[in-house]
Amino acid sequence: MCLAVPGKIVSIDPSRGFLMGLADFGGVVAEVCLEYLPDIQLGEYAIVHVGFAISRIDEGIALRTLAHFRELGILKADVAEQIPSVEGY
Amino acid sequence: MKHLREYRDGDIADSIARSIHESTTRSWSIMEVCGGQTHSIMRYGIDQLIPKSIQLIHGPGCPVCVTPIETIDRAHAIAEQPKVILCTYGDMLRVPGSRGSLSGLKTRGCDVRTIYSPLQACQIARDNPNRSVVLFAIGFETTAPANAMAIKIAKTEKLKNFSVLVSHVLVPPAIEMIASDPACRVDAFLAAGHVCAVTGYEAYHRLAEMYRIPIVVTGFEPVDLLEGIRLAVLQLERGQAFVENAYQRTVAAEGNPTAQGVLKEVFQITDREWRGIGTIPSSGYALSEAFRDFDAEVRFPLAWKPVECTNCRAGDVLRGLLKPYQCAEFGKGCTPDSPLGAPMVSHEGACAAYYQFSQLSPKMNASP
Repeated sequence: MCLAVPGKIVSIDPSRGFLMGLADFGGVVAEVCLEYLPDIQLGEYAIVHVGFAISRIDEGIALRTLAHFRELGILKADVAEQIPSVEGY
Repeated sequence: MKHLREYRDGDIADSIARSIHESTTRSWSIMEVCGGQTHSIMRYGIDQLIPKSIQLIHGPGCPVCVTPIETIDRAHAIAEQPKVILCTYGDMLRVPGSRGSLSGLKTRGCDVRTIYSPLQACQIARDNPNRSVVLFAIGFETTAPANAMAIKIAKTEKLKNFSVLVSHVLVPPAIEMIASDPACRVDAFLAAGHVCAVTGYEAYHRLAEMYRIPIVVTGFEPVDLLEGIRLAVLQLERGQAFVENAYQRTVAAEGNPTAQGVLKEVFQITDREWRGIGTIPSSGYALSEAFRDFDAEVRFPLAWKPVECTNCRAGDVLRGLLKPYQCAEFGKGCTPDSPLGAPMVSHEGACAAYYQFSQLSPKMNASP
């Protein structure tokens, strides 16, 4: 039930009385309610659960986390270099 | 997909697992609270990557599993009423109640619809003004804001044919119930990342302090889970007990204040019964006074006597006292095709996860 997936916000529609938008989940585009992230911007990623964006993914922190693994020596350099450019399957 | 693939990387997972092996000197029991995490642990074989001295105990965080049989029976009885359309999340369809499952009702001509988002229930109500649309609103704090918004929209649009059967449960009281049990075997908790994305994790500091137990906010991908376990083990080995966030890209300490505001408006805290566990004080949501008109329990006052299957030991599994395979019915009288209890139905149920994945070896880079 708590399954939630990251989606990239590709459109925002304020015309419905409540804030809706479209999110791209690795090529599959679906409608999402943006009421809980009213200031999200196009191109940002959000965690989406039962059609609702509930949390913005902080790209800076995501990169820092991966860099942290690198510092700990638990991320191989070649893998680390590939990661920021990973897009889609 | 970005923000998923990096966290399913086998090399990173192996490296974190190695680091856990290097840090571990004793036996520890760590409970992952959320059923989604249990599913990932079994699916990716996380339990086989970590030292044998670390035992993962599966928690009660499967909303479908803990929804009381009375509530499932009530949904059943409501769906049997004339002109009713019952809207439910797919997981709930096959959960056994006293009188069978909701999917069984469909074959008998009742209108039970599977929804992906609660806003679909609002649309069904708009499209069917002469029918009574009931949303079966279950879930933890992750799902509650979505259901709350559907109820708020129904009120704004005066959708008089819309109501909700609310059975929401909350994570911190369940953690407290487990941690405060004198027989508690849990040394550390992995808190459910997506619950904390909504609520934040301020409420967990008191629990970590009072019960001297590390609580690590953890995500759902293999790398996230291993990092949560690594941080929990480091705290345990150092004799520390505090709240730590291993899922920082998604979870802020304060959570999502907009969602919390709507939850406060639509719901109020109430005691809730958890199937197989019993009543936990202040562990759920009921509709607040301002939204009471939308309560399906008031609109459909029905009565019956629920009957649990006596052979099912789901309660012991949900409290972490029994591994699924230790139940005499596991894989014999109880399978995903013919479940005796809810944990064998839901993808997030520990029994279903063991049944599906327990033969697998560590399995990274699995397709989503």
